[in-house]
Amino acid sequence: MTPAATVPPPAATAPVPAGRSGGTGPRGGNALLGLLGFATFLAVLEVVPRSGLVSANYLPPTSRIAGALAELLGEGRFWTAVADTLRGWFLGLAIAVALGVVVGFVLGTVPVLREFTASTIEFLRPIPSVALIPLAVLLFGSELGSVLLLVVYAAFWQVLVQVLYGVRDVDPVARDTAYTFGLSRWTRIRHLLWPTALPYLLTGIRLAAAVALILAITAELIIGAPGLGNEINRAQSGGAVDSMYALIIVTGLLGVAVNGLARRLERAVLSWHPSVRGEETP
Amino acid sequence: MSAHSTVRPGRRSPGAAVGTVARVLRWIAAVLGLPVALLALWWVLSADSETFYLPPLAEILAAFDDVWLRSDRLRADVLPSLLRLSAGFGLAVVLGVGLGVLIGSFRRVRAFCEPVLEFLRAVPPPVLVPVLMLFAGFGNTMKVLVVLSGCVWPILLNTVEGVRAVDEVLTDTCRCYGIRGPARLWHLVVRSASPQIVTGLRQALSVGIILMVISEMFAANNGLGFSIIQFQRTFAVTNMWTGILLLGLLGFLLAVLLRLFERRALHWYSGLRQFQRNDGHR
Repeated sequence: MTPAATVPPPAATAPVPAGRSGGTGPRGGNALLGLLGFATFLAVLEVVPRSGLVSANYLPPTSRIAGALAELLGEGRFWTAVADTLRGWFLGLAIAVALGVVVGFVLGTVPVLREFTASTIEFLRPIPSVALIPLAVLLFGSELGSVLLLVVYAAFWQVLVQVLYGVRDVDPVARDTAYTFGLSRWTRIRHLLWPTALPYLLTGIRLAAAVALILAITAELIIGAPGLGNEINRAQSGGAVDSMYALIIVTGLLGVAVNGLARRLERAVLSWHPSVRGEETP
Repeated sequence: MSAHSTVRPGRRSPGAAVGTVARVLRWIAAVLGLPVALLALWWVLSADSETFYLPPLAEILAAFDDVWLRSDRLRADVLPSLLRLSAGFGLAVVLGVGLGVLIGSFRRVRAFCEPVLEFLRAVPPPVLVPVLMLFAGFGNTMKVLVVLSGCVWPILLNTVEGVRAVDEVLTDTCRCYGIRGPARLWHLVVRSASPQIVTGLRQALSVGIILMVISEMFAANNGLGFSIIQFQRTFAVTNMWTGILLLGLLGFLLAVLLRLFERRALHWYSGLRQFQRNDGHR
């Protein structure tokens, strides 16, 4: 998943000494090396099955996977599956974020509630969401509802915990200032808590987005809800190894896209925040 | 960080002993209150539940005893699952930390590997189950490999980040004192990276549990995931609920174990963080 989970964004950048992160070499050289690395990776995957080291029935050479991928891209069925997966992912994530924000702010702003719910949250959070698979099957069958149940359960905790961290992180001076000026509860939430918690919330969304994708595809894979996971299952049981690999690559690309999107969102929303502006540590 | 702020603020104020008993009672209420209330609510609401999917809690708890404790299942199903999980997780730790230290130590190697690693990490781990089934069949090897393939990425990438951010002053100090080889690796590199490594372990553990269950749901003749899915398929709903409870309990206990390990291993780090934080407010 993503590095530095549960470590809030400002703290996550703290241990990196300023000026070191860029490295000493030019950035272009790094990108070239990375490209070379990727090319090597693809070449190895091409050569290993062709040389007979691993049977091509288990690991088809890159070129054959690429062919299968090209074929998939022309099929309507494939695009429907992508749309199904993305819909489950997005709806689940949206519900989880909305719930996480509301619950997080309510619990975070009322100390008594926070104190009395802490143990319950700590207990419920590590429960693996796959434990709910049989329940989801019985309640919803292999429909979108099953996917949503798993996705929301897994993603909700990521958001909630980050929001709780964030709300607690309010600068004491700013808080006292707000009290001194007699700001109303709502104004305090809007101008003090929200900006403080926002970086944490976005970290939570980024983590939740990755987890939600994993769970959406898992649900399709195991329960058989329509989507990419289900397609992978069909390809596997039908012996279509090439398209199975092609579909797996598509899920990887989706994962990369989701990560990239979340990072971009973070940078856009937090353009004012020190962790994005520069290396200044809190 | 200034050199003058070596005085830590005292946490306990004098004369607090009076309220200690009340405070302990309140703490107990805060920790146990909501869970007990929720369980009671569940108990009462489900007491004469006629819904097939939601059997009364009393029945579930009674069945828990029969299904897991009085039968052979603890040894025949739970133990194999835990062994597979620990084998996969252990291998992932060795591989992830080893490779992570290697990749993180050399800038060029890092630039070379990074895009490939980013892609592999983004592939949702459950889709690798069908692939590994091709290679390793349905046996224990497959399940250990599945757990390994999911757990290794968070550990590896967090280790790389941690190794990258080793304090330059410490690096130079080590060089001056001629500390090198294994001593340098253990005392400087791994030690500095350990907070990130533990973050990786925590992420890997939750992924590992998920994968353990999923690999058993796919193809197995024993294991926790197998039993739960078997109960669901035979519509043994009460037994299925006991399985869900056990899985949740297991997730919670493993998270607690990791937390204990973290507290021991990272004792110095939390102290350092607290010191820095206090320092920042002075």
